[in-house]
Amino acid sequence: MKKRKNPFPAVYSFFIFLFLYLPIGVLILYSFNHSKSRGNWGGLSLKWYQALFQDRAIMQAVSTTVSLALLSSLIAVVIGTAAAVGVYYSRKRIKNAVMNVTYLPLLNADIVTGISLLLLFTALGVRLGYVSLLLAHITFNIPYVMLSVLPKLNQLSKNTFEAAMDLGATSAQAFFKVILPEISPGIFTGFLLAVTMSIDDFVISFFTTGSGVSTLSVQIYTMTRRGINPEINALSTLMFAVVLTLLIIVNARSSRDAKKKNRG
Amino acid sequence: MKRIKLVLLPYSVYASIFILAPLILVFLYSLRGPDGGYSPEHYLRFFDLKDPIYLKVLARSIWTAALSTVICLLIGYPMAFILSRMDRRYRDLAAFLFVLPMWMNFLLRTYSWMTILERNGILNTLLGSLGLGSVHILYTQWAVVLGNVYNFLPFMILPIYTVLIKIDQSLVEAAQDLGASRSKVFFRVVFPLSVPGVVSGVSMTFMPAVTTFIISRLLGGGGNALIGDLIENQFKTANNWGFGSAMSVILMLLILAAMNIMRKYEGESREGSVLM
Repeated sequence: MKKRKNPFPAVYSFFIFLFLYLPIGVLILYSFNHSKSRGNWGGLSLKWYQALFQDRAIMQAVSTTVSLALLSSLIAVVIGTAAAVGVYYSRKRIKNAVMNVTYLPLLNADIVTGISLLLLFTALGVRLGYVSLLLAHITFNIPYVMLSVLPKLNQLSKNTFEAAMDLGATSAQAFFKVILPEISPGIFTGFLLAVTMSIDDFVISFFTTGSGVSTLSVQIYTMTRRGINPEINALSTLMFAVVLTLLIIVNARSSRDAKKKNRG
Repeated sequence: MKRIKLVLLPYSVYASIFILAPLILVFLYSLRGPDGGYSPEHYLRFFDLKDPIYLKVLARSIWTAALSTVICLLIGYPMAFILSRMDRRYRDLAAFLFVLPMWMNFLLRTYSWMTILERNGILNTLLGSLGLGSVHILYTQWAVVLGNVYNFLPFMILPIYTVLIKIDQSLVEAAQDLGASRSKVFFRVVFPLSVPGVVSGVSMTFMPAVTTFIISRLLGGGGNALIGDLIENQFKTANNWGFGSAMSVILMLLILAAMNIMRKYEGESREGSVLM
């Protein structure tokens, strides 16, 4: 049965991966380049990493990005989970109406979402800055939370809530002691997705931020416009390392969970 | 039961203010004339046939996005197919490797292509040392297409891959047993069954490609502006929010139209598979 292996799939995959990872490799390589010019190699050096940590603007942008991602995701988790539970127990017509609106930010182009929120903040007199960014990020994070929580709710029996109530739980107890533990994996996934989307976003932040407040993406954009700065390479290498570590942790966690489930 | 429905209330309020109201504002702004009254002047300016500069940009946006999507499909389908045939042990890892680059800031990845493609960049240094001359594609439309393909290829591969691994292998075996050649099995059985994946891959590639303004800005230089660049320019530089809003409405309608076409194809393929 076993014939000589066709080399085409391996060669083809190799070139696709080369294409996908070439720019990332270039960034990482040049982050250790002593020379400032991208054209020549001046030997190994960590000086861009040093410069990076002394760059006030970048460090400010990092802290804005992290606090924005965590805060907007937390708020989105609270509103989104409540909304998902509400949608789940609603009549079909209300459910469809709410879900259609929820899908809008996902289907719309980021640029349209960005400018529409800019118009809203201007109309309401919200000063562009951290608050407007936070509201914008909550807005595009909520759908990801809802779409992660709803499948978990659908796995639940519709009567679970009533059963808890019949056994004497108050509705708050029924929610926090019975429903919440069941849907918490979905909430966790939604939270992670929201954090990712928030950190990754450039377009919506670009339109909804004001002078003085920059997220990392906005800061990177400004840097690419101003000219070449090897600190960007150091920054991207660190970010890549952080993401890779986080992904490995999350994957290890979920495969451990999967194993547990298989055993149980 | 009544109580639990009340938890929908905060979100309904939030969604009305932050999802619906902004979109209504875009429509209102797009119709606002210079004297504050309503007028279609922004739309007339965009669709001016005597001086079709904006229509040309729209055409370029659609053309660039379509070309990028076709290239993504041609490169991505074989990759998805190879991926779906991989040993289960390596398959998950390989799929993970396609997602991984997407976790790196896309501005940085796009910016990195500037390092590779520029006049004295890595590519030309490499070609030069091989004695192959040099290429100058940075700041051309081709660089924009390359940037699109690079950024959106995983969005093409993954949906197709997801559909391919779900195909019932007994259908393939049945076709083989009935004497179909390998190419016939592929074109008559596997490909038709994978059309839903192709449709979602195409829309996940075309939509961001037609609305982007970063990739064209960084890799296309000044002369290859897309509709996204025009909108950004109206809001950030020219300060003509009315015209920017009108172009956003046009972009929304374009996306809506594209999605409807996609849905039709998806529907047809479903009917097709029922007939089979």
